[in-house]
Amino acid sequence: MATVEIPVDMELVYERPESLTEAHTHYCPGCTHGTIHRLIAEVLDELGVREKTIGVAPVGCSVLAYYYFNVDMAEAAHGRAPAMATGIKRVSPDKVVFTYQGDGDLAAIGTAEIIQAANRGELITTIFVNNAIYGMTGGQMAPTTLPGQVTTSSPTGRDIETAGWPMRMAELIGILPGAVYVTRQAVLDVPGIRRTKKAIKLAFQAQLAGLGFSMVEVISTCNTNWHMGPVEALEWAKEHMVAYYPLGDTKVADGVQALKGGK
Amino acid sequence: MAKELLEGNAAIAEAAIRAGVEAFYGYPITPQTEVLEHLSRRLPEEGRVFLQAESEVASINMVYGAACAGARVMSSSSSPGISLMQEGISYIACSEVPAVLINIMRGGPGLGNVQPSQGDYFQAVKTAGHGDFHMIVLAPANVQEAIDYVGLAFDLAEKYRTIAMVAADGAIGQMMEPAELPPMRPVRPPEERPSWALTGAKGRESNFITSLFLGAENLEKVNLRLQAKLKEIAANEVRWKEYSTEDADLLLVAFGTVGRICQTVVREARAKGINVGLLRPVTLWPFPSARLAELAQQVRGMLVVEMNAGQMLEDVQLAVEGRCPVKFYGRLGGIVPLPDEILPELDKLAAEVAGGEEG
Repeated sequence: MATVEIPVDMELVYERPESLTEAHTHYCPGCTHGTIHRLIAEVLDELGVREKTIGVAPVGCSVLAYYYFNVDMAEAAHGRAPAMATGIKRVSPDKVVFTYQGDGDLAAIGTAEIIQAANRGELITTIFVNNAIYGMTGGQMAPTTLPGQVTTSSPTGRDIETAGWPMRMAELIGILPGAVYVTRQAVLDVPGIRRTKKAIKLAFQAQLAGLGFSMVEVISTCNTNWHMGPVEALEWAKEHMVAYYPLGDTKVADGVQALKGGK
Repeated sequence: MAKELLEGNAAIAEAAIRAGVEAFYGYPITPQTEVLEHLSRRLPEEGRVFLQAESEVASINMVYGAACAGARVMSSSSSPGISLMQEGISYIACSEVPAVLINIMRGGPGLGNVQPSQGDYFQAVKTAGHGDFHMIVLAPANVQEAIDYVGLAFDLAEKYRTIAMVAADGAIGQMMEPAELPPMRPVRPPEERPSWALTGAKGRESNFITSLFLGAENLEKVNLRLQAKLKEIAANEVRWKEYSTEDADLLLVAFGTVGRICQTVVREARAKGINVGLLRPVTLWPFPSARLAELAQQVRGMLVVEMNAGQMLEDVQLAVEGRCPVKFYGRLGGIVPLPDEILPELDKLAAEVAGGEEG
């Protein structure tokens, strides 16, 4: 990408964070992964930790995240990002380590790894993107798919009698003593995006302060596999997903509360 | 350093410490648990990383992570646990990061039992995970070799940026015998980690490590590179031991504990006037095929002895290519074949090849 000269009489108000590469993402138009990537990158820049950050990408739509983050990154096996991040962090305690995981990755195949890493209080940060569906494989039922939601593998809608209930991961992880900051946010509108960024920043700050495991669950959309337009998808998520997945903190340990500025 | 009376598993663990291992991630399973127990005490003493993971699946992925970070790292397990690790092994092989794995083999299939076995030969040398790759596999026949091969495994893994396994049967893990530990190698400081490792993109382009290569041409290129590396390993790193082969008419082929037992068989058979030698593969992969092909022209028959239903047997047959008869004797379920049962098999082979000549 060519460098754009800024005319002298104009002020630069918005630019690509250094923690993002110039690569064009492969995400579908309307997808919120790009927004979440950017928020993480802005936070890494603001905290000045880009050069000591190691990220772990999942299997799922964000499998190629290592092309988009301008930090050292590894690509994990499906669900194993928290184990891989543990391996990295334990031999690199001075680095900032994060995982970026979708709902199939974190809440189905990787349930053991995320719970155990959180419970050990691993000094890593997990960004958990919940869009209630398997995106990359073409729209199958996820552990987070809502009751009655139609997917390619629940063609008549998720039947809780046979498929069980959607997993509320932020609540599940929040009760573990090793997790010091767990929150659920949504990138469905501008105020939500701003709150999500704040949460991501706090999660990384908790890691930097050596307090314990931190996780930000982000309610996201998949307009392609939901068969909706991007705007309609945002509205659907607000109406249906946020109703099942309440936004807000499920765990704020005392040390994190202090970082937040008391209360 | 002087010889001490050492238990195999503890010796393997201590050998890893002497080899400068920085981190161990593992899960208890009989008959390898003493490796984990020893390291749970010794690694923290040395200021290094020990972590008991929630499963073998997590263990191998922790190893994968630490290897990507450029640390000298290992795990250990036993047969069913290795099965659980296979996905991670494949990722490590494809990503070309160095790691060492110990397999103290037990009886299988399934939960099997905790007796010594060589039932994982196929798994170790041919089917370590999905896709086209091999691990380097070292098979010790006694505690001293187990110690020596741990250090060698780290050296080979790092030289070729691949995964190396020390595959010993449960007998070697559990037995005690005099052996000598090597001197302590210095631990590589974090600032000296390799340039490809994930150490934070400070003053350089960011690194990434992946085993995903979209596009057929792209992945074929990666595979061809891996194959070229395997060829190089096969050319340079084949190791085996021979006993009394110079004038041998018959050849025993056996590895690990059985290889050691067959040394006794050679002595006893020669006392009876049977001119037998022994070839004991040290690297199960790469396999000493060329040497076996040579010996196939010298000897009149071979007897392969294993603690399985005939797994290495297939590699011997492939190497021999019908140049001489190849017979097999094996025990299953964790039973160790003894000289008394191997000798009659050797007698049979001797009679058969002699008979063949007369006919």
